[in-house]
Amino acid sequence: MPPVTDARIGSVKLVIQTIVLFVALFAAGLVNAADLLVFAAASLTDSTKEIANDYTKQTGQKILFNFGASSTLARQIEEGAPADIFFSADEAKMDGLEKKGLILAGTRKSRLSNSLVIVVAADSSLQITSATNLTDVGIKRIALADPKSVPAGIYSKTYLEKTHLWTVVEPKVVPTDNVRAALAAVESGNVEAGMVYKTDAAISKHVKVACEISAHDGPKISYPMAVVKDSRQPEAAKALLDHFNSDAAGKIFERYGFIVLK
Amino acid sequence: MNGEAWQIVWFTAWVSVLSTLAILPFGLGVAWLLARFSWPGKSLVETLVSLPLVLPPVATGLILLQILGRRGAIGSFLHRQFDLDVVFTWRGVLIALGVMSFPLLARSARMAFENVNPRLEEIARTLGAGNVRVFCTITLPLASRGIIGGMVLAFARALGEFGATIMVAGNIPGKTTTLSLAIFENVQLGQDPQAYRLLAVSVVLAFGAVWYSEWLLRPKKR
Repeated sequence: MPPVTDARIGSVKLVIQTIVLFVALFAAGLVNAADLLVFAAASLTDSTKEIANDYTKQTGQKILFNFGASSTLARQIEEGAPADIFFSADEAKMDGLEKKGLILAGTRKSRLSNSLVIVVAADSSLQITSATNLTDVGIKRIALADPKSVPAGIYSKTYLEKTHLWTVVEPKVVPTDNVRAALAAVESGNVEAGMVYKTDAAISKHVKVACEISAHDGPKISYPMAVVKDSRQPEAAKALLDHFNSDAAGKIFERYGFIVLK
Repeated sequence: MNGEAWQIVWFTAWVSVLSTLAILPFGLGVAWLLARFSWPGKSLVETLVSLPLVLPPVATGLILLQILGRRGAIGSFLHRQFDLDVVFTWRGVLIALGVMSFPLLARSARMAFENVNPRLEEIARTLGAGNVRVFCTITLPLASRGIIGGMVLAFARALGEFGATIMVAGNIPGKTTTLSLAIFENVQLGQDPQAYRLLAVSVVLAFGAVWYSEWLLRPKKR
C-alpha cells in the first residue's frame, strides 16, 4: 500500500470539485419550473413556434417545445413526460390519452385541419399528376411518416387504401420517424417521392408539390389540442391554449397553410 | 417468437457476420501497417481509424449518408453507372455496421500484431521464408487470439448498432430493420411484449458471442 500523499489528496479533491461543478452546471441548465412545455406534432413546428414567440413577447411566459410524431409524443406522455400541453396531428392519439385519463377534462379542442400532398425534389423531372402515378416503375421509393403509427403516415395510408393503390405502393414505402423526416428524405433526393402535409411542403424550398389531394377526396385531418392532466401549471397552460385558439394565432396558422376550425 | 421477429433476428445476425467478414481484410491490412511500419501520415490514419469509436454514431451516419446518398460523391456515381442504391437498402446497413465496428477490429488486431515478437519473424526470414509466408505462418497464427477477439467485438458492435444504421438505411420493415431499430420502434408503438422478445434475443446473442470468444481464447491445456 503506497503512502497517501498530499498530492493524492489534492487530486481526489480536484476530481470531486469537477464532479460538483458539472452537477451544478447541469442543474442550472434544467427546465425552469415556470416554463410551459408543449408537446406538438412535427408538422406544427414552424407555426406554433411563431405563435409562441409572439405570446412570450406579450406575456413574458416562456414556452418550450418538444416536436415529434404525435404517436411518439403520446407515448412519452403516457410514460410520464412533464408535458403541459399536447397538440396532436390526429384525434386517435388524443383519444388514447383521454381514455387513460391523462387529459384535463374540458380542455380538448380540435383546432386545425390540413391536406395531403405528393412532393418530389425541386429538381425532379418526374411527372406526377395523381396518386396513381405512385405505382409507376420510375418511382422506386416513397417516403411516408411511419404508416403504422404516425398520423401523417396513417392519413396517407388511409387515402391510398381508399384509392386501391396501397398494395402496390406499400413495398416502396420508406417509413420515417415523423412527417418532417419524410420531407427531408425527399429533399435529399434519396427517395423519388413522398406524401406529406401541404403545410410541410410549403416551408421547403427543396421540394415541389406534384399533386395535391383535395380535402374532399382525402381523409379527414384534424389536430386536437388539450392540457395534460399532470401539468403542474394548468392555469398557465389553459391561457396558452386560449391563445392558440385566438384569431391572432388562427391568422398565423392560416398563413402556414392550415385550415382553421371554428 | 413470431415470423417478423425471426426475420429481424436472422437479418441482423447475417448482416453482422457479413460486415465483420467484409472488414476483415481491410482491418488486418491497416492493423499490420500501423503495427509494423512508420510512414508519413500514419498518425492521421490512426486517428481516422478510431474516429467512428468516439464520434456520435448518428454523426458517422450523417457523413455516410452525405457520401452514399444519391446526391453524394459515391452514391450518385453508383446510381448513375449501375442503378445501384445504397441508402435505405440492406447495403446501407452493411456499410454502416462495417464502418462502426471497424475500429474495434483494427485496434485489437494492431495490438495483437504488436505483441508478436519481430525476432520470430526475422528468424523465419533467415531460414528462407518469404514475406507472405512469414505473415501467414508466423505473424498471423501468433496474433490469431487478438484478431479473433477483435472480430467478436466487431460482430457484437454490429449487432447493437443503431445511430448510423437509422441514418443511412432507415427503418424499413423486412428490409433494413435490425434488432436495435425494432426494439426502439416497438417501444415507441407501445408493443412492449415484442420489444421484450427481441431484447431477450439480443441478450442471448451478445452473451453467446462473448462466451464463444472467451472459450476460443481460453488458455490451451497441455
